[in-house]
Amino acid sequence: MTEKEYRTITDVKGPLVFLNKTEPVSFGEIVSLRLSDGSTKNGQVLDTSDEMVVVQVFEGTAGVDLDTGIRFMGDVFKLPVSKDLVGRILTGAGKPRDGGPDIVAEHNADIIGAAINPYSRRSPEEFIQTGISAIDSCTSLVRGQKLPIFSASGLPHNDIALQIARQAKLKDSDEDFVVVFCAMGITAEEYNFFRYDLERTGALENAVLFVNLADDPAVERLITPRLALTAAEYLAFEHDYHVLVIYTDMTNYCESLRQIGAAREEVPGRRGYPGYMYTDLAMLYERAGIVKGKEGSITQFPILTMPGDDITHPIPDLSGYITEGQIVISRELHQKGIYPPINVLPSLSRLMNAGIGPSKTREDHKSVSDQLYAAYAQGRELRGLVAIVGEDALNERDLQMLKFADLFENKFLRQSKDEDRTIEGTLDLAWELLSSINTKYLVRLDQKWIDKYHPTEKK
Amino acid sequence: MSEKGQIYRISGPVVTAIGIKAAMFDVVRVGNEGLMGEVIELHGDKCVIQVYEETSGIRPGEPVINTGETLSVALGPGLLTQIYDGIQRPLEALEEKMGVFITRGVDADGIVMDQKWEFNPTVKVGDSVKPGTVIGTVQETETIVHKIMVPPKKEGVVKDIKQGEFNVTETVCTLDDGTELQMMQKWPVRTPRPFLQKYAPDTPLITGQRILDFLFPLAKGGTSGIPGPFGSGKTVTQQQLAKWSDAQIVVYIGCGERGNEMTEVLSEFPHLIDPNTEKPLMNRTVMIANTSNMPVAAREASVYTGITIAEYFRDMGYDVALMADSTSRWAEAMREISSRLEEMPGEEGYPAYLSSRLAEFYERAGRVETLSGDDGSVTVIGAVSPPGGDISEPVSQGTLRIVKVFWGLDAGLARQRHFPSINWLNSYSLYPASLDQWYRDNVAQDFPDIRTEISSLLQVESELQEIVQLVGSDALPIDQQLTLEVARMIREYFLQQNAFHDVDTFSALEQQYKMALAILTFQSEAKKAIAAGAALEDVVNVESRTNLMRARFESGYLEKIDGLVDSMKKEINSAVEAEK
Ligand SMILES: Nc1ncnc2c1ncn2[C@@H]1O[C@H](COP(=O)(O)OP(=O)(O)O)[C@@H](O)[C@H]1O
Ligand SMILES: [Mg+2]
Repeated sequence: MTEKEYRTITDVKGPLVFLNKTEPVSFGEIVSLRLSDGSTKNGQVLDTSDEMVVVQVFEGTAGVDLDTGIRFMGDVFKLPVSKDLVGRILTGAGKPRDGGPDIVAEHNADIIGAAINPYSRRSPEEFIQTGISAIDSCTSLVRGQKLPIFSASGLPHNDIALQIARQAKLKDSDEDFVVVFCAMGITAEEYNFFRYDLERTGALENAVLFVNLADDPAVERLITPRLALTAAEYLAFEHDYHVLVIYTDMTNYCESLRQIGAAREEVPGRRGYPGYMYTDLAMLYERAGIVKGKEGSITQFPILTMPGDDITHPIPDLSGYITEGQIVISRELHQKGIYPPINVLPSLSRLMNAGIGPSKTREDHKSVSDQLYAAYAQGRELRGLVAIVGEDALNERDLQMLKFADLFENKFLRQSKDEDRTIEGTLDLAWELLSSINTKYLVRLDQKWIDKYHPTEKK
Repeated sequence: MSEKGQIYRISGPVVTAIGIKAAMFDVVRVGNEGLMGEVIELHGDKCVIQVYEETSGIRPGEPVINTGETLSVALGPGLLTQIYDGIQRPLEALEEKMGVFITRGVDADGIVMDQKWEFNPTVKVGDSVKPGTVIGTVQETETIVHKIMVPPKKEGVVKDIKQGEFNVTETVCTLDDGTELQMMQKWPVRTPRPFLQKYAPDTPLITGQRILDFLFPLAKGGTSGIPGPFGSGKTVTQQQLAKWSDAQIVVYIGCGERGNEMTEVLSEFPHLIDPNTEKPLMNRTVMIANTSNMPVAAREASVYTGITIAEYFRDMGYDVALMADSTSRWAEAMREISSRLEEMPGEEGYPAYLSSRLAEFYERAGRVETLSGDDGSVTVIGAVSPPGGDISEPVSQGTLRIVKVFWGLDAGLARQRHFPSINWLNSYSLYPASLDQWYRDNVAQDFPDIRTEISSLLQVESELQEIVQLVGSDALPIDQQLTLEVARMIREYFLQQNAFHDVDTFSALEQQYKMALAILTFQSEAKKAIAAGAALEDVVNVESRTNLMRARFESGYLEKIDGLVDSMKKEINSAVEAEK
C-alpha cells in the first residue's frame, strides 16, 4: 500500500478529480481523498498516464479543493466476503448500516467480477414457481435466469418483486432462496417498504441488503450493484446457495452512468447515455446463471422504471437486449384495478421453453401458453375495432376472442398479493377460461391436449 | 525504439505505449501479465493498442512487447466442433486453465498442436503445386473431410510427400526449393483470403423455414440482414439457420450477446441430427463466443476471426454459412474503441468508417472459384439490433445498403406470438430472379408462380385489413371475406413455424410447396362452393381443413398431405350438397 499523499489536483469537474504527475497508478485503483476538514472520501482511477490521473469520487466532490490530499491504495475495489454477510444490511459502499460489526473477510473479492466462460455455463432449466399465474404460465422463470421487471413510476413493481421473493420456489420443493437486495437511489419510503416486508416474513435473516438511497451519493450507485453481485457470486459459487438478486432501480444506476460520461466529456450515445452503456449493463446482468461443478445459482430480478412509460427508451431497450426476457407492468391494467398488472403480450421469458413441459411443469404448458397469448392478443386488438364499429359487426369467432380478453384479465391475471397458485392450478384455470372459445378457433392447442384437458371436451 | 517499450497511459481497453517500434495491427503483449493487444494507431513516438483482456490493475511503466505478428488465426484440422473466444482461444482450454471464470493473461492455441491426424496425400512426388492446391486430406469429423491446401505465396514441385499420422506442425510435404508444408497455416484475420473469381449465386441456401425458402430466399454465397428489436426472433432465426440450412460448414459468431445462448447451442448441437447427413450437427460447426460481458476489443475481432475461418473452408470447396449475432454489438465495440481514441465521431457517435467496415465484411461473402479451381461459397447472415427497433439508425442503414436479403422482424408480430415474426410486407429478397430456375428444376415448374400468388394474397389482405379496421369484416362482400380467410390460412398454417416443435421446426421444400398448393386448393374449392350457393361460414369451418392444418405438427406430414387435401375438397363439396 502506498502511504504517500499527493496534493497535485489541477481540476475538479462534477464527480471527477484530475491530478498531475504522480508515481505510476494502476487503472481501476482505489483512491482515498482527505479533505481540509479532515473528512475522507473514496474514489477510483478511470484514466491513468505518466502525466495525468483521472479519479471518479463516489461520494461526490463537494468540499474537494486543490489542497485535498490523495492517496492511492495500491489495489482495485474489493469486497470482504464471508458467510456472515447473510442477515446484514450494508451501505451502498459496502459498510455496515445496521450498527453491526465490520464484516470479517474470508477473503476479499474483486467487485468487477470476471466473465463466466460460456463453455462453463450450464443451461438453466429448473422451473421456479412464483405462484403468480401471469408469470408462471406465460413468462415462466427458471433458476439462473435474469428477468427484469419493466415498470414505471407509480406502478406496483415493488409488490410484485416482493411477492416473487416470498413465493418463489422450485416446484415441489421448499428450499429457500437467499435474497440479495440492492437499492440504488430509491426513496427511504420504498426502502422501508422492502425492509419491513422482509422482516415481517422472516426473510431478512436470509438476506443481504446493500442500500444506496436517493439522498446518498449518486456516483456510489455505480459500485452498489457490483458489491451485491460479488456477494451473490460468493454465496452461490463458493457456498452453494441459490441466490435471488433483486435490484432497484436500474434507471437510477443508468443516470449515474450518464453523469460520469458527461463529466468526462465523452461523446454521448442515444439520449445522452454513454455509448458503452450496453456493455456496462451486460457486466452486471451477465453475472447470473449456473455453472459447471457448482451447486448454487444466481437468479436476477432487476427492476427498472421506464422514463415516460417508453419501452424504447435506452434503459429498458438496452436491458431487454441483454436480459433473458422481461416482465412488463402496464399502467392501463393498473388503472383498471387489476393486480398484478402484468401485460403478458410484450413480456417474455426466453428460457421458458427449457423449463416447462412434461416432468418439469406439465405436458400441455407450452400449448396452453401459446393459445392464451394468441387469444388474448386477438381479443385486445378487437377492442379497438369494437370501439369504432360496435360488437354487432363482429363474427362469432371475434366475439369469443373479445370476451376472452376480459375473462383473462379479470379471472386469470387478477389475484391477491398473498395468493400463491400452483402451476397445475394456473393451467387448469387457463383451460377453464379457454373453454369459453369454440375449440375450432383454438388452433394453437394440440388435439391430444384438448382430448385430455379440455373441461367439456376431454375424452 | 525497440521491440520493447512501456505503458504510458491506460484508459479502459485502450493502452498507449511509448518507446516501442511497431506497425499497424501488430500484436503486442501488454503489462507484466502479457495481455494480448493489437496496435490500432500510431502517433509519433506513441503507439495506441486495443487490449483483448481486462485492463484493471495495470499501471504506467509496465512493459509492452511487440510480437511482430499481425492478428492471425490458426487454420488446420481441429477447428470443427470448437468454441472459441473472439481471438480464437478455445473456451474449453481456458476452462481447463482457469476454471469457470475467465481471468487474464492466459494463452491457448487455436488448434491443438499435438493431436495426430491421419493425413492422406492427394499429390505425388514430381507434381507441381501452387497456392490453394490440395496436397492431402484428413477426415476431421465423421462428415467433413479437411483438405490440406498449399498456403498463399508458396509453390513449386513436390520433392517429398508423406502419408500417415501427423500433428499439425509436422512437415507433411517438402517442395524442390526446400519449402516445408505443414497441416496448419496462419492467416491474418483482417485480410480477405484470395480466390480466382466471384460467381453470381444461382443456388438457394435451403433453410427448412417456410417464410425464408418460399418468400424471401437467400442464395448460397449471398448476404442477408435480420434487423429487429429485442425479443423479435433474431437469435432463434440465426440458430434455425445454423441447425437446418443445407450448408456444409457453419460458423456461428455470438458477438456481444448472451452467455446462455451459446451454452444452449453447445448443449443442443451435439444431439441434433443434420437432415442432410444424418449425423450430429456439431460435426460441421465452428463457434465463436465473445459474449456481451467479455472484453470489447476481442468482440471487435470476433467477426474477423469468424469470417476468416469461413473463407478457409470455402477454399476447400465447401458451402459455408456464417451467422453473426449481433453485428450491432460489433459496431458498438468499434464505437467504444473509436471514442477512446478521441476520433471525430460520425452519426450517433459511430466512427465515420462504420459503413465501409460493414461493407468490407459483407464483401467477404460470395460464391467463388477457389485457387484450386473448385466452387465454394460463404453465405453471411447478420443480425442487427437497432435501438428501440428503429432501423433508421446507422448500423441498420449501413447493412441494408449492402445486403441482398432483408428479413425484417416485427415486434408487433412477436407480441402476438406469430413466429418467425418476419414482416412479409416489408421484407425482401433480391435473389428470386437468379434462383427461380433452380426452383423450377428442383421443386416444381410452377414454383415461382405459386410464390407470386401467395405473396399477392398477402398484399391484398393488408389492403382489405385497412377497410376492416373501419367497418368490420362482416361488411365486406363474400369473396373478399373469403380472401381474408385464405390469407389467415397462409399466416397461421404456412408462415408461422414453431422453432421449438420437434416436427414443425424443419419443413422440407417439397412439403412447403404442397402446403402452399393446399392453401390455393382451399381457395379455389371454396370459391366454387360459394358460387354454387354454399355459406362462407360452412365452407371455412369444414373440419377437414382444421385437420389439414393441425396435422403439420405430426411426423410424416408430407405423405399425409395429399389425402388430407382430398378430404377437404370432399367436405367442401358436400357443404354445397347440404345447401341444395
Ligand atoms: N421461430 C420461432 N418459433 C417459436 N418461438 C420463437 C421463434 N422465434 C422467436 N421465438 C420466441 O421469441 C423469443 C425471442 O427470440 P430471440 O430470437 O431470442 O429474439 P432476439 O434475438 O431478437 O432478441 C424466443 O425466446 C422465443 O420464445
Ligand atoms: Mg438475440
